[in-house]
Amino acid sequence: MGRYVARRLLQMIPVVIGTTFIIYALVWALPGDPFAGRCGARPCPAAYVADMTAKYNLDDPLPLAYIQYLGNLLRGDFGETFQGLSVGEELLRAYPTTVKLALVAIAFEIIIGIGAGILAGLRRGSFIDNLVLVSTLVVVSIPVFVIGSVLQLFLGMRWGIFPATVGGDASLYNLILPGFVLASLSLAYVARLTRTSLAENRRADYVRTAVAKGLPQRRVIGIHTMRNSLIPVVTFIGADFGALLGGAIVTEGIFNVPGVGNLIFRSITTRDGVMVTGAVTVLVLVFLLVNLLVDLIYGWLDPRISHG
Amino acid sequence: MSRRRGGGHAAAVPRSLAGDAWRDLRRSPLFVGSAAIILVLVAMAAVPGLFTNADPRACDLAYSRQPPSGDAWFGYDLQGCDMYARTIYGARASILVGVLTTVVIAVVGSVVGMFAGYHGGRVDALLSRFTDMFFAVPMLLGAIIVLATFPSTIDTPSWQTIGKVVLALGVLGWTTVARLMRSTVIQVKQSDYVQAARGLGAGSRRVLLRHVLPNAVAPVVVYSTIILGVFVVLEATLSFLGIGLQAPVISWGIAISDARAYIRQSPHMLLFPGAFLSVTVLAFIMLGDAVRDAFDPRLR
Amino acid sequence: MRGSTRRGAVVAAAVGLTLVLAACGGDDDGGDDSGSGGDGGSSEGPTGSVSINSTQPENPLIPTTTNEVGGGNIVDAMWTGLVSYDSATGEPGLAVAESIEPNEDFTQFTITIKDGWTFHDGSPVTAQSFVDAWNFGAYGPNAQLNQYFFGPDGANIAGYDAVAGQTDDTGAFVEGSATAETMSGLEVVDESTFTVTLGSPNSLFETIIGYSAFYPMPESFFTDQAAFIEHPVGNGPFEFVEEVPNTSINLTAFADYAGDPKPQVENIEYRVYADLDAAYADVVANQLDILDKIPPVGLAGDVWKTDLEGRSASEPLTTRFTSMTFPLTNTEAWADPNLRKAISLAIDREAVIAAAYGPGNYVPANSWVPPGNDGYVEGTCGEWCEFDATKAQELYAQTAGVQGTLLISSNSDGGHREWVEAACTSIRETLGIDCQGDYDPDFGSFRARVNANEITNPFRTGWVADYPSIQNFLAPLYTSNGSANDGGYSNPQFDELIRQAAGLEGQEALDLYNQAESLLSEDMAIIPLWYDNGQRGWSTNVNEPQFTWKGYVDPLSISVQN
Repeated sequence: MGRYVARRLLQMIPVVIGTTFIIYALVWALPGDPFAGRCGARPCPAAYVADMTAKYNLDDPLPLAYIQYLGNLLRGDFGETFQGLSVGEELLRAYPTTVKLALVAIAFEIIIGIGAGILAGLRRGSFIDNLVLVSTLVVVSIPVFVIGSVLQLFLGMRWGIFPATVGGDASLYNLILPGFVLASLSLAYVARLTRTSLAENRRADYVRTAVAKGLPQRRVIGIHTMRNSLIPVVTFIGADFGALLGGAIVTEGIFNVPGVGNLIFRSITTRDGVMVTGAVTVLVLVFLLVNLLVDLIYGWLDPRISHG
Repeated sequence: MSRRRGGGHAAAVPRSLAGDAWRDLRRSPLFVGSAAIILVLVAMAAVPGLFTNADPRACDLAYSRQPPSGDAWFGYDLQGCDMYARTIYGARASILVGVLTTVVIAVVGSVVGMFAGYHGGRVDALLSRFTDMFFAVPMLLGAIIVLATFPSTIDTPSWQTIGKVVLALGVLGWTTVARLMRSTVIQVKQSDYVQAARGLGAGSRRVLLRHVLPNAVAPVVVYSTIILGVFVVLEATLSFLGIGLQAPVISWGIAISDARAYIRQSPHMLLFPGAFLSVTVLAFIMLGDAVRDAFDPRLR
Repeated sequence: MRGSTRRGAVVAAAVGLTLVLAACGGDDDGGDDSGSGGDGGSSEGPTGSVSINSTQPENPLIPTTTNEVGGGNIVDAMWTGLVSYDSATGEPGLAVAESIEPNEDFTQFTITIKDGWTFHDGSPVTAQSFVDAWNFGAYGPNAQLNQYFFGPDGANIAGYDAVAGQTDDTGAFVEGSATAETMSGLEVVDESTFTVTLGSPNSLFETIIGYSAFYPMPESFFTDQAAFIEHPVGNGPFEFVEEVPNTSINLTAFADYAGDPKPQVENIEYRVYADLDAAYADVVANQLDILDKIPPVGLAGDVWKTDLEGRSASEPLTTRFTSMTFPLTNTEAWADPNLRKAISLAIDREAVIAAAYGPGNYVPANSWVPPGNDGYVEGTCGEWCEFDATKAQELYAQTAGVQGTLLISSNSDGGHREWVEAACTSIRETLGIDCQGDYDPDFGSFRARVNANEITNPFRTGWVADYPSIQNFLAPLYTSNGSANDGGYSNPQFDELIRQAAGLEGQEALDLYNQAESLLSEDMAIIPLWYDNGQRGWSTNVNEPQFTWKGYVDPLSISVQN
């Protein structure tokens, strides 16, 4: 087990380098002058452009600039934003909020998504099954920004049940509405995956065997079927957690959550390349670690897969 | 047997998988219903002129945001364009983005995932790391960065604009399919019938195609059918963020994102493109369900 | 998420005698206009806390490098300059300055500052505080964004070139070309007096130095910049408490503020919103106290009037103006004035505004200077700014027409796509030609193309004036070498009139400016579209706040309800 984890950690190194290089190249290759538009209707002072170009090594060829950046990263130095703030500190501030938001969303996925999936999967073709199918479908087909705006309008502005936005106070209660909106899309996958997986496993040989052995129905479903059915679901939720961390751009924008998605999107529009690469690098790292964790749980859920 | 999808070659083989599936499908009301809807949608995308005489680009500001009436069944949008015509013409871009992206990710993802899962070892490690590189970047974020790096201008032909959105989504979208495929292949590989086939001396290609693939394809089909709708929806989100498809392209996504600020005053602007989008998603998922049921040998 | 607004565009390459200072020689702050409320808060000291929508500052909170709205509003609340603009009218009046005495030809100014002003850290505001700050801002290697305010485009202080350094042929900065660290034109006479020598006569000098680039800096800034960036120190009515990046910036009333009026509210939170729609939702739900701009989601169908009944207002923004500019230097396509006129005639401004912003929320423009500015004359654009389909078609028929599709370029965010689409619809329907919007996703990429003179079709031009005068609208935008002349419009007659006007005072000068403006209507190289209105809302927690002539909240006017 320890060796497996060590090997996986080693494997992350090329992945992190590969991903960050792609992002770094994309961000600094953004068309045009990264300082255009920073000075209103006129070009920026030449001295300013020169200073910034030197500061971010923009004159060097791309691979060289990237290596310098990577070197700084290894020393724990994420660089500075145009505003002169430490990227590292900004990330430390934004991540907890986003993680919290993602956890709230995951909670919704688990409770509602898996719950609905199990109900539907156990009674295929029933009213509940159809209800789950149709409702998840409706949710999938509506863009997040519409769901977000509508819920914000009614629950936040009209009825005042939840705060309309989150702002600086990222308490659990404030995050319920954006958390639900964020989860809405994945809810549908989780429900459908659970349903499909459960239905398939119920016909699997080992379940037949268990039933044939005379094990009680509850035990068969509760232990054997459920455990195996949840494997793809766990894979999905684990992957989704990583995606939610950086994919909450729209939701964080609508509900003004000061998280990573918000930070990255603002940085893309203001061309703050250091911020974008820094944030995405951390995103990739977190994501890979989460995945490792998922794989470990995977092995635990399905004894046929061993990490010897 | 002669109308089998597999064509003449399959006719030689009695009761092939594809043949059975096709026979089942034709009897499934789910399949017939969804296929009919998709046919209509595809016709709409291919020949919008069949469904409306109105010009979607003929607009009059005087009609801005007018609700549905006898003259305009779906009302008018912000620019005073006929919503019915816009909705019909919008099918093309939206469905193209959805279908093309799904095809790209399903093919790329399945191939990568299958090889990784089946071969294991070094191949798996290499492919999995490669997958991770793309998997680790959230799809929407990655698409934003790609599209911000390669923006479409007015000189870009509309097929290129659509192509860019497809690639931006596809570049990062395939990884989930690859991972799903890999994990199911690993599962299936260890099952008795695959072991038996191998034990009987079947070559790895034959085992992959005849035994592993049919059994591992179900989750990919489920995922692909759902994700198809998601891509159509993501197209709208990218338009909302100002970097996806752009006018003069007409798409449901653009219409929905335009309508968002007017949900309260002119819900019809959201309702009609939204409903078409939902129906499209619904049709593809139903189709996917039907196909999966037919292809899944364990259901027989 | 959307909308990227830059503040003040440019101070003009100003030579002229147009503005007469209101409070010249007096020791008054000219603040009598804002005393309207007088809600009894003055005797008890500031009370309560309010929140105002903001964007994340893009640069450090240093006045010489803050050039966008998010940081600018905070800098303005934290600093007071030698001169400040009257909140309501924009009229400049003395603030920290006791007196500003020009010599005869407006090339040298002797500035005396008042006693008793201190920075938030307790150190005194002296003549040196200004001179050091200005030298810092102008010095090339310091790479300050507002550098040009000290040079020929701004105050034009003598010795600027040596301090700013040079650029090579490609416009790139030449390393080590700044030969001096201080401008020869700045001289400290004593603790409270300094003289400024200019490179050219400039009667607008006193107006220009009210701009934030000319704020004073405490000594601590020059000794430890990093610490200053962490905790900026000004001399204005509000002092810095803390910044939570991406979330909020908090200020509190400065107890020893020497200016007048005094703050009425104790704490201000500038709350960062990525998307103005979220701020709108908050102000409706009473979770945000002041919203300085209502986004389309609120303007559509005028819902803001009911959502924010009794706590919202709409006012013309004197210093803003939206137009469409034809590029004249990189293409011959728009050389025919009749073609430009036909296009202007084909835009139904009323209907475009109704579709894009809600009926009546903006005002169709019929001149190049918004009402409320010195020198505004109604209808200088005349018939060419009135929608007239028949005339447009007739005129268009006489021209070679538009080759292919007519494109209108703009950034797609900030509510601009909506009007471009609507304007295209109007043109398409009227002239029967194809018209499409050509968008960049954000202001930055759009301006990059404009600055590089790459756009060969009409494009959006918006202007936020630095001070409310016809001069600031005409000179920088439409003179041949104007610092913000994006389309390359050049009319020697126009240039000459502007040049002459700059040497005159009062009505004489205004007459010449108006003559120049009428030339614009003959050429129609820039089509006036509309004067922007500002819609804003506030919560039930505060009294109606006043907005400045630039359309931002005046922090000194904010008070909480009892």
